[in-house]
Amino acid sequence: MLLLLRFDSKTVREPIISMTSIKTGTPINILKADVGARRGEIIVEVPEERAKEVEKILIEMEVEVQEITKTIARNDNCVHCGLCISICPTEVFRLNGENKVEMKTEKCIHCGACIKVCPTMALYFPI
Amino acid sequence: MKSIEEINAKIREGSVCVVTAKEMKEIVTEMGTKKAAKEVDVVTTGTFGAMCSTGVFINFGHADPPIKFKRVWLNDVEAYTGMAAVDIFLGATKISETREFYGGAHVIEELVFGKEVEMRAIGFGTDCYPRKEILTSISLQDVNQAVMVNPRNAYQRYRAATNSSERILRTYMGTLLPNYGNVTFAGTGEISPMNNDPEFRTIGIGTRIFLCGARGYIIGEGTQHSPPFGTLMVKGNLKEMKPDFLKACYFPGYAPSIFLGIGIPIPVLDDEIAKATGIKDDEIKTTIIDFGVPRRDRPTVREVSYAELKSGKVEINGQDVRVSPLSSYYIAEKVMKELKKMIEKGEFFLSMPVERVKRNEIFKPMKQREIRIVREFMTKAVTINEDLSIEDAAMLMIQKNVNHLPVVDKEKVLKGIVTSWDIAKAITVGARRVEEVMTRDVVTVFPDEPIAIAISKLEKYDISALPVIDNKKRVLGIVTSETISKMLGV
Repeated sequence: MLLLLRFDSKTVREPIISMTSIKTGTPINILKADVGARRGEIIVEVPEERAKEVEKILIEMEVEVQEITKTIARNDNCVHCGLCISICPTEVFRLNGENKVEMKTEKCIHCGACIKVCPTMALYFPI
Repeated sequence: MKSIEEINAKIREGSVCVVTAKEMKEIVTEMGTKKAAKEVDVVTTGTFGAMCSTGVFINFGHADPPIKFKRVWLNDVEAYTGMAAVDIFLGATKISETREFYGGAHVIEELVFGKEVEMRAIGFGTDCYPRKEILTSISLQDVNQAVMVNPRNAYQRYRAATNSSERILRTYMGTLLPNYGNVTFAGTGEISPMNNDPEFRTIGIGTRIFLCGARGYIIGEGTQHSPPFGTLMVKGNLKEMKPDFLKACYFPGYAPSIFLGIGIPIPVLDDEIAKATGIKDDEIKTTIIDFGVPRRDRPTVREVSYAELKSGKVEINGQDVRVSPLSSYYIAEKVMKELKKMIEKGEFFLSMPVERVKRNEIFKPMKQREIRIVREFMTKAVTINEDLSIEDAAMLMIQKNVNHLPVVDKEKVLKGIVTSWDIAKAITVGARRVEEVMTRDVVTVFPDEPIAIAISKLEKYDISALPVIDNKKRVLGIVTSETISKMLGV
């Protein structure tokens, strides 16, 4: 499960990820972090079965938590060239047995790199 | 031995044996070339990739009063008009004057989709063609001819791309990540037409081909044809093309382009052709070149086979680097299967070339009046050490009448640069030594690089000088925008 965490000027200074990891005994994998002086946004990956517990602890520590459910999507423009394959940091895309580009959307971390490289503008984030 | 007439007779009777190039590899491996040559009559090959050297001739018929086009735009994409009154050539990579990510390719795609596009033109206003402007909407049904004529398509093989530099490059080979972050390659390898007839025995001038769903023809060798990097010039009727086999695209930072589906049937006339069509990806070699070096002759990183490229990973400097294709095998296979179906149904007959294309030709570089290199513009650099005081640095600038002091270590290796601006800054912040204010990330050039590269770096980074270094990063001199302006007289 991927969680988007939003930190405000107070919580951004606390070692919240480590504290949550210790309290819940759950490994938390940081996939993307954008931390400034007064606010921050971090995308983390937590095991599916521990997600609720982790979320509870984070909310108690006044972090805004959002489950990422809408991942990268594709329209009919795709010609299955595969240019996205080597760009994606988490290997969402691969060619299947039919030589079509297959997407493992659960691995998507919302970085948007593939959207910018797709020559047929086939990739997008659903709103 | 079979003749093309015998094969065409079989097509007429419905007894022809057609296989795709993919199927042929297995047949040759299993049966051997002799038996394969006997059993198989036609091998269909295919490719589907971005082919920039593509365009369409259109004739609109005459307006009343008539006009001779001076300039013309289709959906705000300008087309070439330097021919007869209402003939134009619309190129795929021409950029729209008003719409982002839109170009000639997209206009071609809309026409094939049956849509109307806006045509706007201005005329010369002559006695025979008095009209001076026109605005109308046209679709493929409204025009007389719409003929796709492509100077260079269906590359036999292509050099794969990577990037050794420290920044992201947006190229016609897609986005190349820094520090050899990825590799991209084009072409479909063992199923690509010319790789299955490398002697150009059946692929030549006049050969009937599948061009984006329509029957098209090879009209010559393509521009830059240089086997084994062979190319073809082709034509086909845009009005007969199918949307499934043509797709407009846009490479960020480069231009629009267009994916085309091209299929060529290879008649299996004898054992030799059967053997050629058995070629596999591991026998098809190309090189990976470094786009991090912005020169015509980009350095070769390594040799590579299409089998390795298609595996999704290649090794560069001991690291596994991920690979992206630029051509779609999925649609290339659809092209081969569609062409196979057309032949089996008796809708497509084979033709022998009326003339063969050249098998050895060299792709020459551009003749330039002169290439001026950085070394000619280089002046002596006044270098300093990083523990020099700000006062001494300021004094040196005045004495030597320079604005830039490259900072070096004992071995003359570049560590940073200090400008007169940095000295001003040092005074306002109270810095004492140059190391506190110097720029460490210095933009540099090599002495044998064209001066054009130095100029583009100066403009891009908005700076006024570049230290010239050797490959061990030792400072050889400096090139300043002042010297360049003076010497070029601009």
